[in-house]
Amino acid sequence: MIEVRDIVKRFGGLVAVDHCSLEVGNGTITGLIGPNGAGKSTLFNTIAGFIKPDGGQILLDGEDVTGLSPHKLFEKGLVRTFQIPHELTRMTVLENLMIVPANQSGENLFNAWLRPGKAKADELAVRRRANEVLEMLQLTHLRHELAGNLSGGQKKLLEIGRTMMTEPRVVLLDEPGAGVNRTLLGKLSEVIQTLNRERGYTFCIIEHDMDLIAQLCDPVICMAQGKVLAQGSMDEIRRNEAVLEAYFGGGAATAADATA
Amino acid sequence: MGGILEYAVFSLSLVGIYGILTLGLNVQWGMTGLFNIGVAAFFAIGAYTSGILTTPPTDAHLGGFALPIPVGMVGAIVVSGIMAFFVGIITLKLRADYLAIATIGIAEIVRLALKNETEITGGVRGMPGIPRPFDEMLGGQYELAFLIMLLILLGVLFIGLEKARTSAWGRVLRGIRENEDTTLAAGKDVVNFRLQAFVLGCCVMGFAGALYAHFISFISPDAFKPMLATFLVWVMLIAGGSGNNKGALLGAVAIWAIWSGTEIITGMLPADLTTRAGALRVLLIGVLLEVILVTRPEGLLSEAGERMRMIRREARRDKLAEDRGASGARSSAGE
Repeated sequence: MIEVRDIVKRFGGLVAVDHCSLEVGNGTITGLIGPNGAGKSTLFNTIAGFIKPDGGQILLDGEDVTGLSPHKLFEKGLVRTFQIPHELTRMTVLENLMIVPANQSGENLFNAWLRPGKAKADELAVRRRANEVLEMLQLTHLRHELAGNLSGGQKKLLEIGRTMMTEPRVVLLDEPGAGVNRTLLGKLSEVIQTLNRERGYTFCIIEHDMDLIAQLCDPVICMAQGKVLAQGSMDEIRRNEAVLEAYFGGGAATAADATA
Repeated sequence: MGGILEYAVFSLSLVGIYGILTLGLNVQWGMTGLFNIGVAAFFAIGAYTSGILTTPPTDAHLGGFALPIPVGMVGAIVVSGIMAFFVGIITLKLRADYLAIATIGIAEIVRLALKNETEITGGVRGMPGIPRPFDEMLGGQYELAFLIMLLILLGVLFIGLEKARTSAWGRVLRGIRENEDTTLAAGKDVVNFRLQAFVLGCCVMGFAGALYAHFISFISPDAFKPMLATFLVWVMLIAGGSGNNKGALLGAVAIWAIWSGTEIITGMLPADLTTRAGALRVLLIGVLLEVILVTRPEGLLSEAGERMRMIRREARRDKLAEDRGASGARSSAGE
């Protein structure tokens, strides 16, 4: 589904992603883990078109999509959420969802003015869809609330809700579980699994909650220092020495190397 | 017509023209968050375009092509729009503050061009003899006829912009203003939408310029100084309620009342004080802006209030539909 080939991204002297190659298989829920600063979010931003890589290629279903803008990638079925919820604060929960579907006829000014019937019919369809999504996320009672007033966890749900407003093929979730309580987290993983099984969404999930990763993801890819360190099932990853060193002993080991 | 009535008709016409300018700025700043401080440029382009198109042939400036006034107005809208398109393509990929710098520069370039491109614009001598609509109607009381026409056009424009604001298009603009990244992630071509809002706003400003030209019948570069044609419009929008079309119009009325009211008062002062008081009026508007920003930053008619009313109405309607659905289900279950 997504193939990352030899991607490089530098910020000044810092190499955030360093010749990284990986693959997210069709229909999988692929986990992306790694210590802070491993380059996961930067890689996400690169795949989603928010930043342009300094080198390498990104393929979506075999098609080269490197450097395409986010809205073009959206049209090709790639959507993303943000690590820190990016809700539209002073817009209602319903509006936050209704803004999503592409090519709404009311988004064309001439339709809004001259073909109000068509624009209205489209608007009703989008609203129905948004209500379904809210039902699924159990946020219906909050639909007319301003999104800025939601709790942290509810904002996370809304982030996922946005991806459900279209028929995406692949969804990039950046730390969907961070700051979400256990009950809500259970609901969240349920939603992700349902979407994966019933609607065939492919997921790629960055997450620090290893329980969530273990429960949802196969395969799991571990990154460190901008590169892929290991790939496999969660059990394999847990036993992998390079991964353990990156998480617990990496700093100590390099420090030892440096002094030696 | 009595003197006071005549003054009222004249003032209302100017307020109407300012109201249109403020509505144009509201599309850009209020709805989308585009920091355009070159309002004067597009106002001037509209005025001069319509002037050149409709004046009788002359050696004093380009044209005149002696075309009908409606053609001049449409031409003003089109030329301002084209100008905005090119300015927008260059600047709208920049962040907000850079757009401000770019537009203020463009406004000055346009003003200097008006002054110095004598063969096109008539230079500092200005452009006289711009035809007035309804000149022969109502026994020569063209001002009243003009006001009626202006109010009708303003009404149509207002309805059109309200439609735009409450449409899916307006929602995308609001999204861009709230959070550009989210709107990008929602698959919107953000730069394109910003360009649309910028061009639409500038078309409206150009339209106001054409109305101004045909109302006063004489234009010169002095009419398009930033103080009157940009700064005052900004104060009107912020005082009235940025993001709210009704607020934009109310702001135009209120600030105009203060602006011209102080002119009357300073006019009554002894001659040596009058000039000094003129500078104080500008200061007063500045102080007023400060007071509004500190005490009521959302303006007289806030956008949030307007939107909350709409949201509550929607919520009520949804609840009603649900109740009806529930009772419908109950009654069908009872059958």
